[in-house]
Amino acid sequence: MMDRRKLLTSLAGGAAAVAATPLCREAEARGNHKMPGQAVGLLFDGTLCIGCRACMTACKDANDMPAEHTELAIGNYWDAPLDISGKTLNVIKAYRDGDATHKDQVKDGFAFTKVSCMHCVDPSCVSACPVSAMTKDPRTGIVKYNVEACIGCRYCVAACPFNVPRFTYDTPFPKISKCQLCAHRMGEGKYAACAEVCPTGATLFGPVLDLHAEIERRRALAPGTQTVFPRGKIGGTDTYEGPVGTYVERTYGEHEIGGTQVLHLSGVPFELLNKPELPRVAPASISESLQHAIYNNLIAPLGFLGSLAVLAWRNMRPKAAAPKPAPTPAATDDDKAGAP
Amino acid sequence: MSAAGSPHPEPAPIGGRIWTPFTAVLAVLVIIMAVVLGLRFVHGIGRVTNLSDGYPWGIWIAWDVVIGSALGASGFTVAFIAYILNRGAYHPIVRPALLTALFGYIMAGASVFFDIGRYWEFWHIFMPRYAQVNSVLFEVALCIAAYTMVLFIEFLPMLLEKFGMVGVRRKLDRLLFAIIAIGVVLPTMHQSSLGSMLLVFGPQIDPIYQTTLLPLLFLSSTVGMGLAAVVVEGSVTSLALRRPVEGDLLAKLMRVGQILAAAFLIARFVDLGVRGHLGDVFVARPLVLMFWIETALFATPVVLLIGPAARRPQRFFVAAMMMALAGILYRIDAYLVAYNTGAGWRYFPSMGELSVTIGLIALEILLFIIAIRVLPVLPRMGRPRTAAGVA
Repeated sequence: MMDRRKLLTSLAGGAAAVAATPLCREAEARGNHKMPGQAVGLLFDGTLCIGCRACMTACKDANDMPAEHTELAIGNYWDAPLDISGKTLNVIKAYRDGDATHKDQVKDGFAFTKVSCMHCVDPSCVSACPVSAMTKDPRTGIVKYNVEACIGCRYCVAACPFNVPRFTYDTPFPKISKCQLCAHRMGEGKYAACAEVCPTGATLFGPVLDLHAEIERRRALAPGTQTVFPRGKIGGTDTYEGPVGTYVERTYGEHEIGGTQVLHLSGVPFELLNKPELPRVAPASISESLQHAIYNNLIAPLGFLGSLAVLAWRNMRPKAAAPKPAPTPAATDDDKAGAP
Repeated sequence: MSAAGSPHPEPAPIGGRIWTPFTAVLAVLVIIMAVVLGLRFVHGIGRVTNLSDGYPWGIWIAWDVVIGSALGASGFTVAFIAYILNRGAYHPIVRPALLTALFGYIMAGASVFFDIGRYWEFWHIFMPRYAQVNSVLFEVALCIAAYTMVLFIEFLPMLLEKFGMVGVRRKLDRLLFAIIAIGVVLPTMHQSSLGSMLLVFGPQIDPIYQTTLLPLLFLSSTVGMGLAAVVVEGSVTSLALRRPVEGDLLAKLMRVGQILAAAFLIARFVDLGVRGHLGDVFVARPLVLMFWIETALFATPVVLLIGPAARRPQRFFVAAMMMALAGILYRIDAYLVAYNTGAGWRYFPSMGELSVTIGLIALEILLFIIAIRVLPVLPRMGRPRTAAGVA
């Protein structure tokens, strides 16, 4: 009986030690990933957006996405998609309040926002994907999807806090859909179609560091003064002249789950635009730190396995077993290897 | 176990008719499932489920995989007690527990296959070039697949005995210690990881449920659920077959369950306090109601099994039912109720989803009935058993 008690205690101690490892290793947590130096992204300035939705059409064309019919309540009419989906990668949405007469105003106003992949610096979808179908390009930081690898488990759909990767539920041969920043067009010297086509430069493509500099420039200008905005991509020749917006203090995407490569400026608070409130720590960093602490080179599981194997072998080996301390039924039961 | 003078009767097929009204009903449920799955494979997942991009995972994952495998933890828990702790008295319940676990895990695997959209690519999980070691799901999938193989090997002696393959059986026996050890390590890994799976969901899981203690909470409740499953199954089998209840053994198993339930509750409340979210569970809202129902269910076996009354079959049976329900509800809440990806999304399982889940359970019970009738699973009856515990 003593033996067993000792054994139980040591096992319980071992289990507790294994369980406690993640808690004691806070210091070894990997922390949020850093953005690649040459990362590219988008700046969406809601104060420049006129809601024309040219970007939605251009996105469909550039990515060969099927049309989606949003049925209207009256008659045989339909409209553009209301949300991103397995068939739609990019949507412009509008906030409205009261009589919606003033642009970028909370009361009696309206404001536009863009819904598409945020290209996180430390993406949850990439961390979640079990088969490397979601990857983050080490140079551009673009979060890419490889349908050839995908098994359709939808862990990425569930994991993304921006609710971005979408799935085609209505086909027997489904896939994930998400914006890949038109990475497939970059070989031809082109870039994100939504930015290319935007008439006011509200959606602007460029290196993320340059986008941040442009944000600083706009914030430094007095609201309402005329300025020249780059159109299409940063550093290009195409420009648009207009008034500087009155921005809320926050740049959405600067810190959310460790930062994103798509950044938003807005004239109204982001919670009114249905942008989720998110912590600065990337959930992927918490998940991976804990997982790798437990499975640190499989040391703990292998140690556990070894001790269990020794115990099982002692208990199950035929006859030769040492004299049993207590004549429980077990004592006689082991001769001839107790198979299950 | 076959040696003369062994305190336990050898396992033997119980024989009897396979087709009864009960098994016929089970078969009908399985056929309904097959029809729904036909629709799923022809028209896509959306045709038969209520899944959406707001709730991409439904009961085929939360129930069939997460809960199914946790109830299947009966296999590793009992194997651990019988072989690692060397409690030989538990041998009579090892085989039925392993069998339940094997079927439970096969069903979980089948459900994943129905659920994943691109099922024809499922083998990518096993190919090193697709491996993604940061993914908790990668670890879970590999580990569950490996454990299902181990369960099959643990189950092999029953088949080998059936077909009289003594030589193979003897060779297998020599390796069994290693297989049993692997068969304990693997479930501790993936059952805790089934909790870790939720970590990457971050703030989408309510702070009452989102904690780095998830792997520990899942593991402790899994073992409790596994023990409860053995107790419920042992009691029901005995009643159905008019055999004496293995009262002593089952009562002792539930003692362990009682300790685990208490440990779970303590860990949970301490964790809530440490994270500063204890106040969250006193705010009136649906999830909090679920939290308190869970807490009451976990507390029931703790309270019910205090003192000598714990040996009464009705007592430990009720305690086991509550323990299993507690673990089930905790998992449904953690995976579905506490999950919120933003406004506007709703999920309640469709008839199609329910038919498949019910069909899988029916298939599992059906296979179990067939197995105990034709394979040496349960101890041979004939000589009177010790009546201890039946009192």
